[in-house]
Amino acid sequence: MRTQQTQQPDPAGDHPLLRVRDLDVEFDTSKGIATAVSGMNFTVQRGEALGILGESGSGKSVTARAVMGILDMPPAKVPRGEILLEGEDLLTISAKRHRELVGSRVSMVFQDALTALNPVHPVGRQIGELYRVHRGYSRKDAKAAAIDMMDRVRIPAAASRVNDYPHQFSGGMRQRIVIAMALALDPVLLIADEPTTALDVTVQAQILELLKEQQVERNMGLILITHDISVVKEVTDQVAVMYAGRIVEHGATDEVLNHPGHPYTQGLRASVAGEELKGQRLPAIPGTPPDLLRLPDGCSFANRCPFVTDECLEQVPPLESVGAGRQSACFHTEEVLDHVTA
Amino acid sequence: MLGYTIRRIGQMIPVVIGATFLIYALTFLMPGDPIAALTGARPLPESTVAQIRQAYHLDDPFLVQYGNYMWGLLHGNFGIDFFGRPVLGLILERLPTTFALALTAWVLKLVIGLAIGVYGGLRHGRAGDHFALVFTVVFLGVPGFVIALGAQTVFGVQLGWVNPAGISAGWPMAFILPALVMAFEAAAGLARLTRTSLVGVLRSEYMRTARAKGLSPRRVIWGHALRNAMIPVVTYLGLSLAGMLGGAVIIEAIFNIPGIGGLMVTSINNKEGTIVVGIATMLVLVYLFFNLLVDLLYGVIDPRVRV
Repeated sequence: MRTQQTQQPDPAGDHPLLRVRDLDVEFDTSKGIATAVSGMNFTVQRGEALGILGESGSGKSVTARAVMGILDMPPAKVPRGEILLEGEDLLTISAKRHRELVGSRVSMVFQDALTALNPVHPVGRQIGELYRVHRGYSRKDAKAAAIDMMDRVRIPAAASRVNDYPHQFSGGMRQRIVIAMALALDPVLLIADEPTTALDVTVQAQILELLKEQQVERNMGLILITHDISVVKEVTDQVAVMYAGRIVEHGATDEVLNHPGHPYTQGLRASVAGEELKGQRLPAIPGTPPDLLRLPDGCSFANRCPFVTDECLEQVPPLESVGAGRQSACFHTEEVLDHVTA
Repeated sequence: MLGYTIRRIGQMIPVVIGATFLIYALTFLMPGDPIAALTGARPLPESTVAQIRQAYHLDDPFLVQYGNYMWGLLHGNFGIDFFGRPVLGLILERLPTTFALALTAWVLKLVIGLAIGVYGGLRHGRAGDHFALVFTVVFLGVPGFVIALGAQTVFGVQLGWVNPAGISAGWPMAFILPALVMAFEAAAGLARLTRTSLVGVLRSEYMRTARAKGLSPRRVIWGHALRNAMIPVVTYLGLSLAGMLGGAVIIEAIFNIPGIGGLMVTSINNKEGTIVVGIATMLVLVYLFFNLLVDLLYGVIDPRVRV
């Protein structure tokens, strides 16, 4: 692997858009320290969509919040790691510089638009606030820019709805407003944290389409966090599968989801309902994820894994290259790959 | 908005009838004979007593008396006392003093309560918050009259900073100590409510959004948190202003302030039912008025309940 010094911001633009290196996130709880994310490594290039796939508590949302710098600290802390946005480490830059970048260079779409929007301010003001704070627009200009933005995410009759409040919009329209807010300042990186989970299926498709279209149009980097395999398939180029705070498999979306190299990915894929499973009991991964307060010495998935051997219980399998652009954290990747193709 | 207001006023009618009925019945059931109380140990001649009882309809059945009273009330007539003075005049004469006291106390409470509450909310879980908690527990726990008497003794008698009683010094000097006593007691509850509300708001998703927009901490707090935190507080504040008029009764007695509280106490002692009912009715009306005001103001702060 080529190592490269990424400490200095380099105008030549040799840096990937986002590089997360050896990131750990811990939470101080009354019962001890919970390791939510550990040894996280990934990069996102301009124009690339990365899916982070995992179940609740796997650390995917925590990763997103760490990148945005909106973790509640305490109880959260980041004891180790680097989050390099175009070469600048978001963890070590000044608070002022951080506020300049967050919301404008990198922005976020939240899961539940109803709670993500401030209930007492009109939506136009919430979008316009970005222009006022980051670009010093006047009230009037900010409002015009907000209407423009609402138009671009296809909110009907934007000009007449700019003074409405979040509760006056439907769920899908509210999510469009959150997206308008995130895209307002032309970010280079957009993080979408379960952007469609709170919506019904037809609206989900529209929102995903909107996100994908905006990402391509603006050549943005996109990190899409979800527990829904079909969403990952539809939108992303690369996928990182997370389990118990670690990436267990990483690679091109098609390859990883069609030929999983990790037993967990394989289990996820098998437990998706499909036509051929009609009338049968849905296969689920047996067991439950480990307690983040007491992670096992070995592989976190060992207690649920059909391929488990003694080796798995003794040490954590490292995330290793298992072919072109693919990584898997399993001692039995070869077996798993064979198993699926067989 | 107008339709809503009219509907709300319509809903108040049964409340007024119910409340006045209850107060009237309680006054009717007060032990002792009001006419005997007029002259103390020296009884009046039989014929005079009968004459007064007739003039004031005291021998009519309860419901007839109540009906008469309500009929008068409908015409703005609060009745007359045993000396022929109109009750409304007696109340209006003293109401400004009580209002001055209650309003001063309310404003002081607002400032103190909000300041402590917001401070505690912003530093929740840290030393400043614990200090605020201790403060509120002390003022919530110690009975109001103990604080009143203590303050009167220390600041009025021993230190002599203000007159311990009476209103000869005028506003604000005569009102500052009793108002402060009322304010501190009520501020404790306000501070608790404000703190809890603010802590809840600070944990909400839209605060996370505000930070994700790269806003300064100052803008996050003032622009996004406080207005949301004020929603439950406004209800409390409006109702507590009306409540303070009632609370003034005890404080007026302790500090010898000639407001409606003092009048109420004297009237109960003298069995002057008309005045007692009149004051209580007046307080009910004021309370309902503030309640309506709060409901209308609520919509201004929280667009979700706007009408």
